[in-house]
Amino acid sequence: MIKNPSIRDLARGEGPVTELNVKDQEPLPPPYDKLDEEPPMAALSSSAKERFVNLDNTIAVNIPKPKTKAEEERLVKGFLSGMQKLFNAGDNWTFLQPLVLSMEHCARCQTCSESCHIYAESGHNPLYRPNYRSEIFRRLYFKHIKKEGTWARGDMELNWEAVARLIELAYRCNLCRRCAQTCPIGVDNGMMAREIRKLASQELGIRPKELHDDGSMLQQKVGSSTGMSSIVVKDNMDFIDEEMTEKTGLTLKTPWDVEGADVLLMHNAGEILAWPENPGAFGILLEAAGVSWTLSSDLAAYDSINYGAFYDDVQLARTLILHIQAAKKLKVKKILIGECGHAHKAMTVIADRILTGDLNIPRESWLPFMVDIVRQGRIKFDKSRNDFPVTLHDPCNITRLMGISEPQREIMRAVVPEERFREMTPHGVNNYCCGGGSGFAIIGGHNFPDWRFRGPGRRKFRQILNAFQGEKMDKEHPKYVCAPCSNCKGQIRDMLKYYDAWEKAGINYGGLVELMVNAMPEAKPGFIDWEWH
Amino acid sequence: MSLIPYLLAYAGIVVFVVAVIARIRMFARMPMHLRWELYPVPHEASRAAHGGSYLEEVDWWLKPREVSKAAELKAMGTEILFLEALHKHNRPMWRSSFPFHFGLYLVIAATALMGAGSVLAHLADGFAASGFGSLWHAAVVLTGAVGLAISIYGALGLLQRRLTSPDLKDFTTAADVFNLAFFVVAFGCAFLTFALFDRSFTLVSTFIHNLVTLRFEPVASGQAGLMVGVSVSLLAVLLAYIPLTHMSHFVGKYFAYHSVRWNDAPNLQGGPQEAGIMANLTQKVTWAAPHIQSGGEKNWVEVATMDYKKYGGGEKK
Ligand code: SF4
Ligand code: SF4
Repeated sequence: MIKNPSIRDLARGEGPVTELNVKDQEPLPPPYDKLDEEPPMAALSSSAKERFVNLDNTIAVNIPKPKTKAEEERLVKGFLSGMQKLFNAGDNWTFLQPLVLSMEHCARCQTCSESCHIYAESGHNPLYRPNYRSEIFRRLYFKHIKKEGTWARGDMELNWEAVARLIELAYRCNLCRRCAQTCPIGVDNGMMAREIRKLASQELGIRPKELHDDGSMLQQKVGSSTGMSSIVVKDNMDFIDEEMTEKTGLTLKTPWDVEGADVLLMHNAGEILAWPENPGAFGILLEAAGVSWTLSSDLAAYDSINYGAFYDDVQLARTLILHIQAAKKLKVKKILIGECGHAHKAMTVIADRILTGDLNIPRESWLPFMVDIVRQGRIKFDKSRNDFPVTLHDPCNITRLMGISEPQREIMRAVVPEERFREMTPHGVNNYCCGGGSGFAIIGGHNFPDWRFRGPGRRKFRQILNAFQGEKMDKEHPKYVCAPCSNCKGQIRDMLKYYDAWEKAGINYGGLVELMVNAMPEAKPGFIDWEWH
Repeated sequence: MSLIPYLLAYAGIVVFVVAVIARIRMFARMPMHLRWELYPVPHEASRAAHGGSYLEEVDWWLKPREVSKAAELKAMGTEILFLEALHKHNRPMWRSSFPFHFGLYLVIAATALMGAGSVLAHLADGFAASGFGSLWHAAVVLTGAVGLAISIYGALGLLQRRLTSPDLKDFTTAADVFNLAFFVVAFGCAFLTFALFDRSFTLVSTFIHNLVTLRFEPVASGQAGLMVGVSVSLLAVLLAYIPLTHMSHFVGKYFAYHSVRWNDAPNLQGGPQEAGIMANLTQKVTWAAPHIQSGGEKNWVEVATMDYKKYGGGEKK
């Protein structure tokens, strides 16, 4: 195993190329400032090492090692044919221009490296440089497809190991595009990682099962990646209605399939199962503001997720169409997207160049919608109910990739005492990813979760700890990390658990609507349940 | 012999112009892609300071959009002139890259001044001898000499980084080194010509004047003439070479910013983007993975709207 792998090492030898070595990491702020006292990172099992392609002693994709020469060749041939299709306007009109721009003009200056939380937190392991995988992809393309000389574009051997490892490596990037912000040329290494994922999925049928079989496919077949059918989801929401009514003292009856409602609200269905107080809080707020709203029980319409945004343009388009058809059927004025970052981006920005005519129904983030309600004073808040330190995580998809940054802060100012709010450094469009972006939060095989807490998530945990420095770091002094995105929340939940952050530092987490309902004087106090974490 | 630098200069200009136009056409003719903007977007006017967008506004599609072209131009100006992104994110490299690029701009400015001066002299007798003409001449010498000097300094710095920085070593190709070395040699030659034989830029101005007026005469004899000829020839080859390499990033960067990073133009019902979208959606999908179910025949609309339940999701779980 190599500590500082070179580009060409990706095509060399058996076994892992390198690994995230926790000994190379910078210690965290107190009370986690002793590197050797941090929880250990689980090792990859020997059976996994035997069966699957191993890039860095963790596995996201589960690519079986080819057993025969023919299988090896099939992998390489499929990769080359997929690569060609990425540069074909018919197959890849979706990203052809951004892709070619990033292929042609990288100056290989490494300005982007330091901006990447994964690279920085890995102790600067070159494998995790934003440009490492892009450069390999470029070299393979120019040498093996365009047949250009290597003196200008660089050399790279093509074999099944390089192909399989490159696909696995495409899942060592959160697609947060923080690196793209810093590139002086405008090259986008996050987009490049996604293009490699697309090639693997759309041509070779290779991708993590959590995103595809248990994700977008399940959603398109059953209605939700949670596996909930429309009957089950209605049952669950009935239960949530009862719970919320009891908890807040405000009657909640979630409206379903109301034709002509102003707003069709779409939740990430994971919220309904994992954080029922989130859809519950949405209901309480919309009712309190007198909004004409509904949920839809149509296929996929009660689950806003669109994992295609992470790995597959065809799956992206399919799920999008299901979402839109449900809205069209109910003749709503707009779709309102709840606390789910990638659903925001998929349904608003990305969808914008897919939908035409009567399918182009307005889609809006819940944040500006709610700010409007807050400004009009349609809901009363008592900030003193949120008298604890709060910090805010900006989901990349909502902030850096959609430019929604101020509304969440305006809401924060309305429901949290000013002296209790702590911005992370950096924040807003310059934030760091939570480490769960691009599907990581739900990829849970082998020791991958540990890798994502120790690698990508570590920068966010560092930011959280920094934001709360100066506070008493124990659970008698609860602190709240507000993460208005389901995937971010999942990652933060799991990471806080990994670091035992509630017991050790009194750090808990939740969404933004929960903070809002917690501050409603009409509701019974104590909506946020600190002991549940 | 004296004809060669003239021919090379014309050829260099022609290759440069043709290659740049071809590159612009290549990017401009690509199909409309999915929206993929990245904030901050400077034309978002009052929101740009915090990196905000019109999507922060409730019912944004019912409201007029506030777009500040001036803010966009300002962002472009500071990026082009001062390499702001590099200054912010990679200061050590900026210390070389900025003088290199700024020097290049000055050299371009000097060349343009010489070309325009030659036209002015042609149109107005006595221009060269006038006060304005002297000022013009001084500007040529200043921009030319300073431009060459700082560009060489920057290129040497970049070359040194390329060859010694452990961060760059693995990513550096032979062409990366060659390109910088080429700049150093071509600009170095031009600077030597200036320092040894042409302190007033008279010879090179004459060469440009001849180029404009199609008079292919040697501008000087002996070593001076040789140095001018070699410098001009090297610069002409360099000019032709740039757009054939990734150094044509000045074209790519325009598209990367305007067509991708800052392209937040909304597609409203019945708007101008619909035709492009329909053209895209009617293209054939030939992706081969089982779940695509296109058979190489179906187009994007058909693939995106097929009955998933009927085909069982395309593959077994
Ligand atoms: S992506 Fe941009 S910043 Fe990164 S190496 Fe390439 S040119 Fe430099
Ligand atoms: S997109 Fe984000 S995670 Fe991926 S390489 Fe860039 S900075 Fe790193």
